[in-house]
Amino acid sequence: MTRGVDSERWTEGEPDLAEVNDLVVGTVQSPRTRRSWLVALTLAGFGVLALALAVFGVFWWYVGIWGIDTPVYWGIAITNFVWWVGIAHAGTLISAILLLAEQPWRRSINRFAEAMTLFAIACAGMFPLLHLGRPEFFYWLLPYPNTYGYWPQFLSPLVWDFFAVATYGTVSLVFWYIGLVPDLATMRDRSTGLRARVYGLFALGWRGSARHWERHQIAYLLLAGLATTLVVSVHTIVSFDFAVAQLPGWHVTVFPPYFVAGAIFSGFAMVLTLLIPVRAWLGLRALVTARHLDYCARLMLTAGLVVAYGYAAELFFAWYSGDPHERDLLASHLHGRSAPLFWLIVGLNVVLPQSLWWRAARRSTVWLFVLSIAINLGMWLERWLIVISSLEHGFLPTTRGAYWPTFWDWLTLAGTLGFFTFFMLLFLRFVPAIAMSELRELVAERRRRGA
Amino acid sequence: MSGLRGLLAEFAGADDVLAAARAARRAGYVALEVFSPYPVEGVAEALAFRSRLAWVTFIAGLLGGATIFLFQGWVHAIDWHLDIGGRRSFAAPAFIVPTFEITILSAALATVFAMFVKNGLPRLHHPLFAIPAFERASQDRFFLFIGADDPRFAESAARAFLESLAPLEVHDVPR
Repeated sequence: MTRGVDSERWTEGEPDLAEVNDLVVGTVQSPRTRRSWLVALTLAGFGVLALALAVFGVFWWYVGIWGIDTPVYWGIAITNFVWWVGIAHAGTLISAILLLAEQPWRRSINRFAEAMTLFAIACAGMFPLLHLGRPEFFYWLLPYPNTYGYWPQFLSPLVWDFFAVATYGTVSLVFWYIGLVPDLATMRDRSTGLRARVYGLFALGWRGSARHWERHQIAYLLLAGLATTLVVSVHTIVSFDFAVAQLPGWHVTVFPPYFVAGAIFSGFAMVLTLLIPVRAWLGLRALVTARHLDYCARLMLTAGLVVAYGYAAELFFAWYSGDPHERDLLASHLHGRSAPLFWLIVGLNVVLPQSLWWRAARRSTVWLFVLSIAINLGMWLERWLIVISSLEHGFLPTTRGAYWPTFWDWLTLAGTLGFFTFFMLLFLRFVPAIAMSELRELVAERRRRGA
Repeated sequence: MSGLRGLLAEFAGADDVLAAARAARRAGYVALEVFSPYPVEGVAEALAFRSRLAWVTFIAGLLGGATIFLFQGWVHAIDWHLDIGGRRSFAAPAFIVPTFEITILSAALATVFAMFVKNGLPRLHHPLFAIPAFERASQDRFFLFIGADDPRFAESAARAFLESLAPLEVHDVPR
């Protein structure tokens, strides 16, 4: 590392161990944000109620209440699913790949990003299950012995998807939790009464023994290695839901890498959308610095370039294939029925992110926040284009259709946004949002180098 | 036997506790343990401790992957064969995705499970928690513990030895 890079630090000022602890524990214990937190939680609570209503509607009247009809069998529920799973990927990338790459800057944001991952997977997982038609039989996706003599169809991408998302959710949860255990021990030791008992219960008796740490670090590293494979595999398998089908606009070999890049792209956009207000709200600017946002923006730009390549490859191969149906869809995207949506997506996901080549844009919190919301929207619309515009178009003009989401579609989307916010707020109130034990290492390493 | 479980020396810095652990090993103590708020590099080596956790991950991953792969083959080729256009029923390439996912899942869960079991966790109480100063082991203090079960342990000698390492304080850990 050159001196020029080193001169700019990952923390503002020179906090020692006690200051790091105070700052992070303060975000959980301080009453400063209690009132605004309660207001926000109440608002998000309405979102959870909306989700409960939307889920009830699907269980009671089934998917007919959504706008889906021949030929558009998959509505925005699938758009939402792909969008939410994609968002999750940034958290895993930050916690796993950047750990293996020994990037010190991940330590201030990994806990937060992993929590985002968990709740995003929970939101994502609901949609395909609700979209099953008979959501109460979702457990038929599991291979369990039953009196029908039936097994899941293991050759189906939809079953693969179930395995991929279930594994992703479980591994993300244990990865997040074992990283959290030492910090829960800190919370236990700094709380009194009932709080100390509850934290103590979840800290599982962690004492920070050298042997415990050694096994903990090895387990964490191994899990990072395993989770790294999930970063690149989960959205690959999601893309098989489309790419394995014959439909024009879906049957493309570039889909797996293009979906993974899109996932990381939208995930970093969501990290920025959440991190920028939260670090101001909780007073964590000293630990989550402008430099952290800068690095997130760089990774977002990198992923965005791969997404742009994916768009280009999709267009090129639609033309190069010579397939009349593919070429027809290409014409529709470039100057036909889906052109307004397509060019809006290009503007949001390809043109706007190019601003990140400039340092001034990466260091402008306001611009990053606006841009991250634009990219979130752009990536949601991109999945609309993939899922819905392809189905609307189909093979023959005679079988074309039109789709527009109903009230229930929108209610489900709004409900998951509320659900996500609700659990992020609970996380920020009760769990240290920054990995203290990892930051202590960072502080100690810097002292040892005599910086 | 005394009423002690061991002696606990408190240090302010990671380097101090690392040096103390090495000194204690040189003095012939073996029932040693170090407690720190973050993993201190070199302490595990100083205590001559190595973890074999990676083997658990490897074997669990292999077993999980092999099981689900063969299971899929059994389902589609034997138990519930569906003739789909005469395609081969043992469609190994299509089995790869669940195989991969279950490999990762079983390796990850086995790793976490083994880590906690080998660490003797969860354990909701421990005699060390009775020492008020120990709550800073999860915050900003470093501790070296010599157990009374050490063959070389004699209370006064061990105390004198720990005092010679210039700790902030030496605490008695009751049984």
